[in-house]
Amino acid sequence: MSSEISSVSYADISFGDELPSVEPDVSMPLVRRFGATTGMTFWRFTDHERSREAGLPGAIVPGIMSQGILVSMIHHWAPRAVVHKIDTIFRAPIVVDSQPVCRGVVTDMNDREKTVEIDLTICNEEGETRVLGTALVGL
Amino acid sequence: MDVEELKVKWTGWSFDEIHFEIESGPLVEFAESCGEILKRYTDPEDPDFQAVPSYTASFHGHRQLPEGFPMERERSFDGGKCVEWKAPIRPGDRIVARSHIHDIFSKTGRSGGMMFVVHRMEFRNQDEVLVAIVDWKMIQQLG
Repeated sequence: MSSEISSVSYADISFGDELPSVEPDVSMPLVRRFGATTGMTFWRFTDHERSREAGLPGAIVPGIMSQGILVSMIHHWAPRAVVHKIDTIFRAPIVVDSQPVCRGVVTDMNDREKTVEIDLTICNEEGETRVLGTALVGL
Repeated sequence: MDVEELKVKWTGWSFDEIHFEIESGPLVEFAESCGEILKRYTDPEDPDFQAVPSYTASFHGHRQLPEGFPMERERSFDGGKCVEWKAPIRPGDRIVARSHIHDIFSKTGRSGGMMFVVHRMEFRNQDEVLVAIVDWKMIQQLG
C-alpha cells in the first residue's frame, strides 16, 4: 500500500464516488505476523502445501485480516474518518501471496449525521469477489 | 428443527465471559499487518493512539456456543462478521467481553433452508463503557 495520506471531508464526497482502489499486501510474512498477534496460526493460514493437500487453493488470508484491510483502505481515503460499523461476508478464500484488489463505492449519504455508507469488495486476480461488505463511516 | 423454539430457548442470555488487558504491541501489530498507516493506530506515542475499529473481531470466548446448543459444525459455515465501534480502546484498558446468542432465524434459498445463528460479543471497558459489539453469523443447512 502507498503511504501517501490524502484528505477527504464530507463536503468533498458525492453519491457514487469510488474510493481509490488498494492492492493490499497479503504475503506470507505479513499473514504470519497477523496470525502471531491474533493467535490465528492454523496451517490453513500459514502453510500452502498442507492447505492444498486439504483441498484449499493454498493458505488463506484470515477473514478478520481482510476486514482490517478494508478498514485501512477507508483510512487511506479519508484519514479523519471514523468507521462506526463494518459488516463483512467472507464469500470465498483469498489466497496468501496472491494480488487481490480492494474497492469501495459510496452508496448512501446522511447530510445531518455527516455519515456515508460504503459498499466494499475484495476481488482476486480473476476479478472474482471473495469478500464483500458495507461500512458506515463518519466524516 | 424448529427455529422459533430455538430462538425462545437460546437467545438473550450470556453464556461466556472473557477478561483481558489491552497492550500497545498487539494493537500496532494488528494495525500494521492490515496496512494501516495512520499514527493514531500505529504509533503508541501518538496522543490519540488506540485500537483500529475492527480489532475486537479477533477475540474469541472460551466457547463459541452454549453447551448443548444443537448446531452441527460439519454442516455449518461462517457467514461473516460485523463490528460496531462504540468508543476507543486504548492501552491499559481492562476489557470484559460477554457472549450471547443475539438472534436465530431461517431463510429459504435455491439450496434449501438455512438457519442463521448470530453470536454477539459485547465489549466493555473498566468503566463499564460499551466499546464494541461484534456479531458473528453462523449458517447451517436445514433438513
